[in-house]
Amino acid sequence: MSVTALAEKRKGSTTSAQPLVAVRNVSKQFANGTLALRDVNLNLAEGEFVSLLGPSGCGKSTLLRIVAGLGEPSTGRIDWPTTAHDTKGQPHPDLGFVFQDPTLMPWASALRNVMLPLTLAGVGKSESEARSAEMLALVGLKGFEKSYPRELSGGMKMRVSIARALVTRPKILLMDEPFAALDEITRHRLNDDLLGLWWKNRFTAVFVTHSVFESVYLSQRIVVMAARPGRVIADLTNNAAYPRDELFRTSSEYAHLCRIASETLKKAIAA
Amino acid sequence: MTDTPYSSGPAAAANAPHDGTDAEARPVFAEERRILGISASSWPGIIAPLVIGVVALAAWEFVVRYNSIPQYILPGPLAIGETLWTEWPSLAESLMVTLRITLAALIAAVSVGVALAILFTQSKWLEMSLFPYAVVLQVTPVVAIAPLIIIWVGDINLSLLICAWIVAFFPILSNTILGLNSADHNLINLFQLYRASRWQTLRYLRLPAALPYFLGGLKISGGLALIGAVVAEFVAGSGGSSSGLAYRILESGYQLQIPRMFAALILISLSGIAIFLVTSTIAHFALRHWHESAVKREN
Repeated sequence: MSVTALAEKRKGSTTSAQPLVAVRNVSKQFANGTLALRDVNLNLAEGEFVSLLGPSGCGKSTLLRIVAGLGEPSTGRIDWPTTAHDTKGQPHPDLGFVFQDPTLMPWASALRNVMLPLTLAGVGKSESEARSAEMLALVGLKGFEKSYPRELSGGMKMRVSIARALVTRPKILLMDEPFAALDEITRHRLNDDLLGLWWKNRFTAVFVTHSVFESVYLSQRIVVMAARPGRVIADLTNNAAYPRDELFRTSSEYAHLCRIASETLKKAIAA
Repeated sequence: MTDTPYSSGPAAAANAPHDGTDAEARPVFAEERRILGISASSWPGIIAPLVIGVVALAAWEFVVRYNSIPQYILPGPLAIGETLWTEWPSLAESLMVTLRITLAALIAAVSVGVALAILFTQSKWLEMSLFPYAVVLQVTPVVAIAPLIIIWVGDINLSLLICAWIVAFFPILSNTILGLNSADHNLINLFQLYRASRWQTLRYLRLPAALPYFLGGLKISGGLALIGAVVAEFVAGSGGSSSGLAYRILESGYQLQIPRMFAALILISLSGIAIFLVTSTIAHFALRHWHESAVKREN
């Protein structure tokens, strides 16, 4: 593993294959005049793990919501070059979303919560029950199918939320600071388990965070954003090998990568 | 922990939350000892008011006897109890009349209230144009419009029902509207993400989210339906052919049968308490799995 693993991506060095999602010249101005995003361009390749890193107010969540189809960009567009589906103004059917809060239905059991996307898509009850139970087991919640959200800890609720996002086997998983509210030990566990799920299933992962350490630990690519107006200022590649574990977290390589990312972020904050 | 956490992948994750870092952080819920099916901590709340009630009744009886207060001014509890016993057949008949109107009014209030609430949340225009009239209906004293309704409708039972309904339906309407609009914003986004239809959002998100609010409204409306029925019957007075409990109170007043007046009054109070208990029980069982109001926590 080279020490210079974290290198600024050169212009035009993107892989020859079509990106899964292309953010093209996206700007977003809110009704109160705030320019949340200015001219953002971003290609998300199939199967890659990307972090959006930046200070609060840099529009990273706004960008994620626009990619998800939860908000329209003021100018520019989101393309899905490899899928025929016309997504104009509609969320793409092939994505999963994890909010900052677990966002579970308190009146439904863990299983019912995971079943929701399938139920809404009209999948039959027995099939969606089986698939959801399987998904719950994959996130480590076997035996908690009948538990209600209030009976689960913060970390377990987040696991249910991730299971719900993955139950449709989406091509892309969008996560909006999902572990920000958890304690550090739980966060580390969930980071490991998230990487495990990604490693197995190879969906495209987009992870919004304001933690340098989290972004370096998880991702292959760190898109650093600056605030006022929100824009991309750096696109870092992290070539550290997977699987990553405690050993990586305590390695000098990790520390070095964190320093580079941290300095870039500092520039972003000063910018 | 394995060296490579996800070469073994999900299998390693399967045991993840059981090692003291996560599962143990779950909230603890009280599992209480039960006596006669009622949890031990609930008993003082049952016994204390009972003791107070018995003491107050005894004091009442004593004051009446000690001062030899005549029955047509203030009957003692024993005399009232005796009247309740001897006149039970006719009182029970009146009780049934009042209860039937109350129940019918409550059912009408629930159906119309919930239906209107759903309609209003589906169309802002409908809500804007109709809600003010619901408020007008609510703030107009039922005593003031009852005579009109009785004249217009003709059928006395139906008029009483309409009066009780007017009083009872507003809490259901306004609470259900509040509930339907209080679904978690992120959950609404989630439903958008999965391109849920309007009907799916209503069925799987808005209606369950509204349930605690609706049940809160139901508790209020249950009592109000009874009050509405009694008040309307008072207004209808002796002119009506019905013989509900309110009519019995009026009649007893004219005849100076004060013990019977008290007996009817007690039956009205007991009906109110019963309605409250029933609606509270419904609320508890509907919400016990998830809503804060129905959950017992330790500490």
